[in-house]
Amino acid sequence: MPEMVDQIFVICKHWLLGFAPAGVQPIFSALLSVVPVLVVFPLLFAITTVLERKGLGRIQNRYGPNRVGPCGFFQPIADAIKSLAKEDVVPDTADRVAHFLAPLLLVAAAFLAYAVLPIGRNMVVANLNAGVLFFFAVGSMVELAVFMAGWASRSKYSLLGAMRAIAQMISYEVPLVLASVVVIMAAGSLSTVAIVNAQASYTGIWPHWFVFTPWGFAGFVLFMIAATAESNRSPFDLPEGESEIIAGYYIEYSGFKFALFFLGEYLGMFATSGMAITLFLGGWAAPFSFLTWIPSYVWFFAKLLTLIAGFIWIRGTLPRLRMDQLMNFAWKFMLPMTLLNIFTAGVWHFTPAGYARWLVCVALVVAPFLLLSRGLQQEKKYGMRSYRFAE
Amino acid sequence: MLGEGILKGLAETARNFLGSYVSKDRLTTVQFPEERLPHIEAARSFPFLVYDGEDWQQGMRCVSCLICEKECPPKCIFIEKSKDKKPDAIGKPQFYPVAFNIDVSVCMSCQICVEVCPFDAIKMDIEFELSTNDRFGGLLWNKERLAKPNTYYGEIHPTEAAAVDAQLAEERAKLEAKAKLAAEAKAATVAAPPAQPLRETSEPTEGSGA
Repeated sequence: MPEMVDQIFVICKHWLLGFAPAGVQPIFSALLSVVPVLVVFPLLFAITTVLERKGLGRIQNRYGPNRVGPCGFFQPIADAIKSLAKEDVVPDTADRVAHFLAPLLLVAAAFLAYAVLPIGRNMVVANLNAGVLFFFAVGSMVELAVFMAGWASRSKYSLLGAMRAIAQMISYEVPLVLASVVVIMAAGSLSTVAIVNAQASYTGIWPHWFVFTPWGFAGFVLFMIAATAESNRSPFDLPEGESEIIAGYYIEYSGFKFALFFLGEYLGMFATSGMAITLFLGGWAAPFSFLTWIPSYVWFFAKLLTLIAGFIWIRGTLPRLRMDQLMNFAWKFMLPMTLLNIFTAGVWHFTPAGYARWLVCVALVVAPFLLLSRGLQQEKKYGMRSYRFAE
Repeated sequence: MLGEGILKGLAETARNFLGSYVSKDRLTTVQFPEERLPHIEAARSFPFLVYDGEDWQQGMRCVSCLICEKECPPKCIFIEKSKDKKPDAIGKPQFYPVAFNIDVSVCMSCQICVEVCPFDAIKMDIEFELSTNDRFGGLLWNKERLAKPNTYYGEIHPTEAAAVDAQLAEERAKLEAKAKLAAEAKAATVAAPPAQPLRETSEPTEGSGA
């Protein structure tokens, strides 16, 4: 019976597929896989927006939205109607084609990333043998969309925001990919399904998730930091920076295009969170062997919501970084840490199991962390500013 | 160590998050239409015209002196002065505004009209839920819309109204005493009926004295 519940969607798909004539079955099969993803994740976006606003409100000792519907949970519907009814303003000097295409490309790129995420056992849209590579390749399309938006708007603030976004996303793309390399090394495959399967076994009641190893834990934390920066969320929301460049690259967008930017941003966040789950948190696997009777997709979404809650918590806590802090952090801390982490993973792989391996690997993670953080914290001593001509 | 401050901050926000569900004292939000704060006495929104007694047309204190209209910085007051005089609340013939309009879309709530009014006829209201779907007529308030009784003024600004009332009563008492004196003097000399000349003599003194 648990297997039946676990595979209910797969069984349903095969049952529905039986009605289609043989000629159209491949297309029908693709549609049956894609449409649920296109429905579920935007819905998750709608729920997340209201939960985020309520959560942030509580963090700041406010109620948050509580007017529309029971406890304010119909707020996203009201927001959607509002953005649909709004006038779509395009600047006179804008490049109309690029201006129109940018939000679409952003959302399309964000959706493409879901193709390789295993949402449950046997539930993946496309089991590519280079799934992780595909994910990051598609993820970097977002940068193109962001720069299109900034450039096509022909506005100073848009362009500044887009430049910041490009600088930030390219800088953090490197640690993001390098942090996931350790998992690829350990699983010996680029396929997301194979990576999850590698973690889906248990010792006693404990799972074999990669996060429960020194290099896996460090990799997970680094991956999440880079993912936060990749999805332009606080504290890495410089490209948007409401208080300095108003809304960055999407300032010249209004109405539903603006909503599409939000959708794309959140979808990107969900996708990278889903990737973090797949790589480090065992994908759809249950956290304890005695909980395997709960369907796999429930576990995936439970983990996803937990990570989203973490994102919201971070957003409610940290102030925005400065541009130099952002870059220093990326190149002087994240990059060396991820590179050393790959080395640590190698050491772990080639030393025999035991306490010595743990000790060495923990030391290999903690020591560079302490040293690099000390390097980051060294404050430059600025003297009194002197002027050559003004005095 | 790097990250220590972040953890501290996360703990603080977690405390806020959980605490807001446990203790209601943390939530300072006043959920407006259902909950309302008691109004602050110094609050002000837009001016209104004070009248004494029951009948707003007769009791209106405004004598149409046009000072507020001239002083108003954004020029939102429009007064049309009457040609004739009508008896006011205490029965004294006065000029009165035929039309007294305030365009509240222009008014900036500066209270200068209140400061300059020699008759305490215009005061600041506290009503603020004034949205209307008629942006021309609905925002140009006429005499009838503006007129509010002195008792209402006493309700919304008790201290201020008490001071104004005391001052007005004092002035009125002074005038009456003066009129009495004048009447007695007149009665002593000419022995004329006191009611009719009393009002004539008192009129210029009130205008200059206030």
